[in-house]
Amino acid sequence: MSKNASIDPTPQDLGFFSRIAHPGHFLIWSKRWLVPLTIITVALLLFGTYLAFFNSPADYQQGDTVRIMYVHVPNAWLSQFCYAVMVVASIGSLVWRHPLADVSAKAAAPLGATFTAVALATGALWGAPTWGTFWEWDGRMTSTLVMLFIYLGIIALWRTFEDQARAGRIIAVITLVGAINIPIIKFSVEWWNTLHQPASVFRVDGPTMPMSILLPLFVMFFGFSFLFLLLHFISMRAEILRRRVRALERRNAQRLREQQA
Amino acid sequence: MRAFWALVQRDIKLATRIGGDAMTVLLFYVMVGAIMPFAIGPDKVLLAKLGPAIIWISALLSLLLALDRLFRTDHEDGSLIAMRQARLPLEMIVVAKLLAHWLTNAVPLIVATPLLAILLNLDAGQTLKVILTLLIGTPALVCFGAIGAAVTVTIKRGGLIAPILILPLSIPTLIFGVSALSTGAIETAASSALLFLAGFTLLALVFTPFATALALKMGAE
Repeated sequence: MSKNASIDPTPQDLGFFSRIAHPGHFLIWSKRWLVPLTIITVALLLFGTYLAFFNSPADYQQGDTVRIMYVHVPNAWLSQFCYAVMVVASIGSLVWRHPLADVSAKAAAPLGATFTAVALATGALWGAPTWGTFWEWDGRMTSTLVMLFIYLGIIALWRTFEDQARAGRIIAVITLVGAINIPIIKFSVEWWNTLHQPASVFRVDGPTMPMSILLPLFVMFFGFSFLFLLLHFISMRAEILRRRVRALERRNAQRLREQQA
Repeated sequence: MRAFWALVQRDIKLATRIGGDAMTVLLFYVMVGAIMPFAIGPDKVLLAKLGPAIIWISALLSLLLALDRLFRTDHEDGSLIAMRQARLPLEMIVVAKLLAHWLTNAVPLIVATPLLAILLNLDAGQTLKVILTLLIGTPALVCFGAIGAAVTVTIKRGGLIAPILILPLSIPTLIFGVSALSTGAIETAASSALLFLAGFTLLALVFTPFATALALKMGAE
């Protein structure tokens, strides 16, 4: 672990991907991206919030509660996107044993859990005035809840391992097993009971919403996606640094022991 | 193939002799099922309606309780390392252990199901159906349990973590297992649920040995 996480001097002979995925180099180039990403994220979210509150119509049936959608839908999308990131990272850590893939998978799990929890919470707040209930055992809601459980299980698993490098590969296995299962869980739960409205943005015959609602939705969607990218970068950096600190502490403890001997 | 059956026999012997505790799971299963009426009340009609669900939940919890010993003792006494050196591929070793685990843990539950069915006021037809769905569904539960057990086998203080990982994955089995028992207007849905349950179990049987063996290999490094 300590070997993997430390910088070795310029690996110029490596390919482009290996170079940007090297943990030390990642720390360097990702640092340059933090400020621009923050600006883009804040700008998109502010613009999207403005559009959502002042420049989009209230629904003729739901009134102003429809504006909850601008937070709810992007978070629901990201709750699944985060898992996709974890799956790609897991393949990376199983096939190439890449140390950055572990870090990426670990950093994505709490983000995914948070997006899922926000999607559930906003959905409940939206459901109370429109459906008349905070919670209904409907197919989509239930499968999102199960998704949250899977995220929390994976986070709990990360926390129980002492050796994080080995944890990365073992958790990659369970992440992939989850990836095979999530569509089956979704299908089975929807088969079980369904109330939630069907997909209404991405459809073969075009979206069923007017442009005035779609535009703020897309701005908010990109805003939240950039927020994910930014937070993912930050927590990956934190994780790399945390591993280095742990490696240094271990080396220090070993040196102290040798001095005493 | 001789090594395969030798391994199955070894695991069955270990589970049934002194020091093994296969019957504890059975006792747990019957107790969980029998304790439900105390919470629900002795209403026979209600119990008959909830019976299949109670039996399925009891089976799920019992199998979760049992899964920790699937690899734990073999990991602790080093047998797992010895098995990894065998000529038999690790995937087949996992299949042998799964088979032995299912025979010593799930089959006793299924055999004891008529007892619970009497306590829960199920009629004979329902009882047979419950037994059928358990026969088809429990292999999938054992399979997911094996993945969870393999992932957590190297964790020293992780006794609770495997059930947390496995419960969400068991939801399709639970849904189809209980849906297959529904009666009345949705009779056709019940028979397709049974087919889904069987399909899901087959899928789990195909994927599990590879995922479990991979997790064991990653854990041993």
